[in-house]
Amino acid sequence: MIHFVLLISRQGKVRLTKWYSPYSQKERTKVIRELGGVILNRGPKLCNFVDWRGFKVVYKRYASLYFCMCIDQDDNELEVLEIIHHFVEILDRYFGSVCELDLIFNFHKAYYILDELLLAGELQESSKKTVARLIAAQDSLVETAKEQASSISNIIAQATK
Amino acid sequence: MNPFSSGTRLRDMIRAIRACKTAAEERAVVRKECAAIRASINEDDQDYRHRNLAKLMFIQILGYPTHFGQMECLKLIASAGFPEKRIGYLGLMLLLDERQEVLMLVTNSLKQDLNHSNQYIVGLALCALGNICSAEMARDLSPEVERLLQFRDPNIRKKAALCSIRIIKKVPDLAENFINCAASLLKEKHHGVLITGVQLCADLCKVSSEALEYFRKKCTEGLVRTLRDIVNSPYSPEYDTSGITDPYLHIRLLKLLRILGQGDADASDRMTDILAQVATKTESNKNAGNAILYECVETIMSIEDDGGLRVLAINILGKFLSNRDNNIRYVALNMLMRATTLDAQAVQRHRATILDCVKDSDASIRKRALELLYLLVNENNVKPLIKELIEYLEVSDQEFKGDLTAKICSLVEKFSSEKIWYIDQMLKVLSEAGNFVKDEVWHALIFVISNASDLHGYTVRALYRAFLTSTEQETLVRVAVWCIGEYGDMLVNNVGMLDIEDPITVTECDAVDAVEVAIKRHTSDLTTKAMALIALLKLSSRFPSSSERIKGIIVQNKGNLVLELQQRSIEFNRILQKHQKIRSALVERMPVLDEATFSGRRAGSLPTAISTSSGAPSNLPNGIAKPATAPIPDLLDLSSDDVPAPSSSGGDFPQDLLGVDLSPTLAPSGAGKPPKASTDVLLDLLSIGTYLPVQTGSSAADILSSSQDDKALASLSSLSANATSPVNAAPMMDLLDGHGPGPQKPKENGQAYQSLVAYESSSLRVMFNFSKQPGSPQTTLIQATFTNLSSNVYNDFLFQAAVPKFLQLHLDPASSNTLPASGDGSITQNLKVTNSQHGKKLLVMRVRIAYKTNNKDVLEERQINNFPQNL
Repeated sequence: MIHFVLLISRQGKVRLTKWYSPYSQKERTKVIRELGGVILNRGPKLCNFVDWRGFKVVYKRYASLYFCMCIDQDDNELEVLEIIHHFVEILDRYFGSVCELDLIFNFHKAYYILDELLLAGELQESSKKTVARLIAAQDSLVETAKEQASSISNIIAQATK
Repeated sequence: MNPFSSGTRLRDMIRAIRACKTAAEERAVVRKECAAIRASINEDDQDYRHRNLAKLMFIQILGYPTHFGQMECLKLIASAGFPEKRIGYLGLMLLLDERQEVLMLVTNSLKQDLNHSNQYIVGLALCALGNICSAEMARDLSPEVERLLQFRDPNIRKKAALCSIRIIKKVPDLAENFINCAASLLKEKHHGVLITGVQLCADLCKVSSEALEYFRKKCTEGLVRTLRDIVNSPYSPEYDTSGITDPYLHIRLLKLLRILGQGDADASDRMTDILAQVATKTESNKNAGNAILYECVETIMSIEDDGGLRVLAINILGKFLSNRDNNIRYVALNMLMRATTLDAQAVQRHRATILDCVKDSDASIRKRALELLYLLVNENNVKPLIKELIEYLEVSDQEFKGDLTAKICSLVEKFSSEKIWYIDQMLKVLSEAGNFVKDEVWHALIFVISNASDLHGYTVRALYRAFLTSTEQETLVRVAVWCIGEYGDMLVNNVGMLDIEDPITVTECDAVDAVEVAIKRHTSDLTTKAMALIALLKLSSRFPSSSERIKGIIVQNKGNLVLELQQRSIEFNRILQKHQKIRSALVERMPVLDEATFSGRRAGSLPTAISTSSGAPSNLPNGIAKPATAPIPDLLDLSSDDVPAPSSSGGDFPQDLLGVDLSPTLAPSGAGKPPKASTDVLLDLLSIGTYLPVQTGSSAADILSSSQDDKALASLSSLSANATSPVNAAPMMDLLDGHGPGPQKPKENGQAYQSLVAYESSSLRVMFNFSKQPGSPQTTLIQATFTNLSSNVYNDFLFQAAVPKFLQLHLDPASSNTLPASGDGSITQNLKVTNSQHGKKLLVMRVRIAYKTNNKDVLEERQINNFPQNL
């Protein structure tokens, strides 16, 4: 299973973290610092896997961002690379050629997408279209609710005038 | 609006934080925001709760504490609208984990949301439950999740399936509830449901053997069919990944088939065709295809197969290994490691390539390759491989040297057939990477050197040469200093020259110079300096002409700030000044260490070496050592020490051997005298012996029952308590000088052993008859015969025995547990005692006999130390 997902920028800033196994706040900071040090220092031609504390960390760099996933020793590293790519493609479709800034200002959106892709540390959906559809449906639910709220507050505002 | 709650929007806060130039500025902004959020929380501000939580999440990602926002998540989850719930659940998953008690408060909201009419809200609740639920929540909400596995919308079913995985991992007892639902998920067409369903089945198999059996019987066919359909399916844009339809589903199906096929020939047989098809037809030019091939290879190697498929699998790995992509090579090495157990020969073919991988520029690949190579080394290829590895050691990265050195040392030890080869290789390692060599390793080297009497001269000269060129390697310096101290005369006189050696002229002065360099090196640590001091003391006797100079060096250390060195210098100085007469006896060569004891100790102190060489024959250094005979290696057992150095602290082997703890007043008895048998019988009894209670006529399982154990332990502690007092009373010197107690009539006849009345009281007699199996003088077979001398029958007769650590005791069940009265019949019981220090120490045993007579419990105890001396 995937124990956690990290998105780290080239400068070592954390952009997104998702923990599927329990790590205390202290451990999380330590893990991020440790892995950041290891992964950011690896040369570009090296393999995408790092042995780490009895786990394997699979990472891949997209532009200025490193996508890392920590998996068990007997999991399929090559598949996890595919999963990372799958995630990036979905983000790309959603934001329209995604960049780091999109993920900073819309970090919650990135989380919603990740939650449609992974659950309990396992892959949930292999179709990019389905994920996009589910996210769109939920986004529109939020929009409708907002419109309703503003129209209600308009009505109240008018009534109290 | 609250004047404190800053009106900044999320976007503005992120901008403000990003605009910070220093960490201090960032902290200030975050502090201000947090203060505003707290104020807003205290006001119970409804309108901005949503925004506050979003800000808190961002702050949390930056690594600041956000616990004060946890309750806000719960409030948002409890509100009615979808937007509030969506952000609330996200916050819950980010700000909390399963270990926080606050989480319990959300159980009720979760339950309501799992039953909500809006499927997206159900989805949110499932997602939160699957990501962070605790065992208690899993138990409480498991029925809801089970129900949702049959929900009309497939997107809920797939979430419920993954949620179930979390539940059964937290509470494995619940697994059986999910078996049927999971099996029905396997028939679905929706890929998401299928992927998650297959994953759920795989995890069910891990926690429940019942599930494994069920799926094996009912689902293997179906899974094979599903895999065939997906492999042969035409192009479908929705699931296409670089030309392959849904590689994720492929991989999960292969994984589940692996679990089902493992250990079941029938199931394995049903899947061979499709596995062969996947292995041959899958495109290997893209990562997705390779991922499938990799999984397929693993499945082929795990299931029961006649070998045809395995050839295919190993060939795929061979292809992987020669791939230019580092990722592919990495997984190939990973996989070959598992293949070595199946087909070592096939893996050996790739040895050269693997050796190249050890030298790769990529640390991950190097590490894997080294581990794999370690498994591939055998008697035939060890020499060239070690040569290559040692050559590589010279140029390898600093970080890698530790691993590499450990592996080389372990291999050299495991496979060395000649001592000279072992010593040569170890010297090379010490000169190249001595700082990475572990203590056990150089201790072992000294042990081998001291045992190889014909190589002493050669070794000390080689070490001297190496020492001159590289004084930076701590362990090399230590070993060199030790050898110069012990065999300094051989260094100077060129004793035992071998043909392969270059002649070397070393004067006494040069040898002392070398040790002086070691003691004056700034980088030398305490141990090295202490060893150098001892070497000097030894040299003072070996080189009488340099004696004055040595004294000078020792005197310089009298003012050393380190107490240990100061004390030694002062003591040694005294010896040089006042005790000329005993000096030569004092600094004689260390006696050769017994191999059995040493290997026993190493077994205890070197668990890593043992575990890494699993599967290999356990021949120890140089093939000269016997397998460890002492089953309980004890580092701290003073008494079973073969070098009777009267060490005062701890008795750690290398310290003793190196004379680090040499204490001048007691030293004479420690220098070179043959070890005296049974001098330390009492001390041995202090150490925790093996106490084997055997209930007469009972099975082995009974022996292990807790009540027995308790009893044994209790008696053990009383044993030690009894044994303590005489030892404390006896002065140390007496212990070392006096022979073992017990009037003993030694019998010179080698084969027949005198019977022994081991114990006799008014009510009971115990006779021991001894015999030995030819060829194993260490092992004594004892037949114990118990005779009842009273007029009452003994019931529940139980004989127990304890031995010190250098002995190993095996008790067979007794012939009966009832002993008839008045010598009218007897009980016999066989014992097997193995003496790991045969010839040096005598047998000794503590026995306890318990029985019931007239419904009264009787307990008799005794120590037997009058065993025949020729045993």
